[in-house]
Amino acid sequence: MNELGIHARSAACIANLAKNALENVWVIKEGERADAASIIDVLSLACVQGTEILLQVDDISDINILNEISELIEAGFGE
Amino acid sequence: MSDIETKEIKLTGVSGSPGICIGKAYLVDKEGVKVIEKYFISKKELSSEIKRFKSAAKKAKDELRKIIEDSSDKLGDHINILKTHLVLHEDKMLYGKAIDTIKKDHVNAEWALKKVVSEAKVMFQSISDPYIKGRATDIEHVYDRIMKSLIGRKEEDIGNIDKRVILVAHNLSPADTSQIQLERIMGFVTDRGGKTSHTAIIARTLDIPSVLGLDNATGIIKTDDIIIVDGIEGVIIIHPEDETILHYEDLKARYEEHQAVITRESHAPAETKDGIRLNIMGNIELPEEIVSVRDYGGDGIGLYRTEFLYLSRSNFPREDELFEQYKEVVELMSPSPVTIRTLDINGDKEVAYASENDEANPALGLRAIRFCLKRQEVFKTQLRAILRASAFGNVRIMFPMISGVEEVLEAKKILSDVSQALDKEGILYKKDIEIGIMIEVPSAVVMADALADVSDFFSIGTNDLVQYLLAIDRGNKQVAYLYHPLHPAVIRMIKFLVDVAKSKGIKVFMCGEMAGDPYNMPLLLGLGLDELSMNPQSIPAVKKIVKSIKVKESIKFVDEVIAESSTTKIHEMMQNKYGELFSKIKSGI
Repeated sequence: MNELGIHARSAACIANLAKNALENVWVIKEGERADAASIIDVLSLACVQGTEILLQVDDISDINILNEISELIEAGFGE
Repeated sequence: MSDIETKEIKLTGVSGSPGICIGKAYLVDKEGVKVIEKYFISKKELSSEIKRFKSAAKKAKDELRKIIEDSSDKLGDHINILKTHLVLHEDKMLYGKAIDTIKKDHVNAEWALKKVVSEAKVMFQSISDPYIKGRATDIEHVYDRIMKSLIGRKEEDIGNIDKRVILVAHNLSPADTSQIQLERIMGFVTDRGGKTSHTAIIARTLDIPSVLGLDNATGIIKTDDIIIVDGIEGVIIIHPEDETILHYEDLKARYEEHQAVITRESHAPAETKDGIRLNIMGNIELPEEIVSVRDYGGDGIGLYRTEFLYLSRSNFPREDELFEQYKEVVELMSPSPVTIRTLDINGDKEVAYASENDEANPALGLRAIRFCLKRQEVFKTQLRAILRASAFGNVRIMFPMISGVEEVLEAKKILSDVSQALDKEGILYKKDIEIGIMIEVPSAVVMADALADVSDFFSIGTNDLVQYLLAIDRGNKQVAYLYHPLHPAVIRMIKFLVDVAKSKGIKVFMCGEMAGDPYNMPLLLGLGLDELSMNPQSIPAVKKIVKSIKVKESIKFVDEVIAESSTTKIHEMMQNKYGELFSKIKSGI
């Protein structure tokens, strides 16, 4: 997680990727899941720096999108 | 210009506040005051409504994209924010959910958008992280943009009115009126609203004429039309002819002179002909209004409404902010009493950040003391501010919307916790502060004996009491005709309450609209109220009539009225017995 955790711009980046998925992509924090394609939903998880999150896809063919999101997060959203 | 356009038109509505003004109209669009209408969409029309929403959202997005393209790269951070907004425009939780709401609830696009956005905002505000909490404003920006594109017209900002005008609006909410630079407004004209609406209260506070409930004034009047607002008779005249203007100029001068005379006489105490002194107090909402209470000869503040600081903002005010304002009022009025009513929000004064979704019946919902007992941190902040201010003068505390004994005990428990905390911190406050309750809910009248044991005084809020007793929404024009403070049930209820309070040795005040109408004085004096509180402008006329009444006579009169069962008959009895007195008071107008 980057310094501010997942903030609005990061959530927007995730959403932009997730939008292209065939089925839902989920961001999961402590059992609560949010639709990765929705900034509002992702922000509502209130992920701060150091939060552990899981990514999940409903359709295996979306795995590339999942990987892209995960790379993006690991790269600290290019900041 | 055709003849039709310049022909004199007379419209009749309800007088919200007396007085006459002649000037140019300033029309505020519905969207300018952010009134979002709700209407239902038939199954057939659903798909076209969704299409309308989609194209509005697309238009809003295109506009934003253009702004981003046109901006220079130097605005780095700002562009990032706008880019985030761009993605938010098509967010599932916003865009998708709004479409779902249109489909599911069969409502118009504006309403669906408003509902979805307010839910999202509530969710953000419940998150403790201050950064995420702040994202609610991003959603609001996106909302504004789509809404503007949906409604299709430019948004008016009533905060920017820069000339002396008569404000013409469909309806004005408390939040709207708090945005207006009020010294620029000569009068109010609205389609909705009645005598006890917030607009009427504001107009009386500002001492400007208003005519409300005109149904379609906004459809007839155009900005810059010359109009006459006659708040005495409740009529407006559009495109007046020269003769009409002259007539009203004359009427206006006579009215103002008459007001000046009774105001001068108003500084003497209100003592009846048989020597009974009645305290006549002022109702205020802002510290500035103390000036009018003093000018009009008020004996103190009988109702200090504290909602104002909570309106048109995005979070709850801080303790110091509240304290500074209360202190100012208390200090300026000292040693006269200042009766502070604790927060009464989410009834007709809705505070967006404090509302828990949409309530079907806000008047019967989570408002006033119910809200405060649920959101105790908000309540405690206010009580601390009130207690701290109490060290500077004569404060009384009053809890609104009490329906039973438990609520009073719980509120008092919180107050005593707050007092103890102040003691520990060594902060001074008035120890023997009087704690009273508002009598607005009929159940409180039934329980008056028990409530008297836990209260220092009662204050009857007639607006709500009449509304709840007669089951009438006073803002609803269809049934407003049934709203009668002189309904026999209301009179009997007040009589019962005063009798119980007297037997228990506590005082009964009245601070609703009923207390400010000179016409009700013979009755109220006979019923035995100890103190009346009203809009400051009503004080002179009320004092004048009190001085010409004998309490002994009005007690007898009340006995006759109590035996009567029809409102019309009661009005007739009033006219027969006191008609001459009333017309004498009114003469000069």
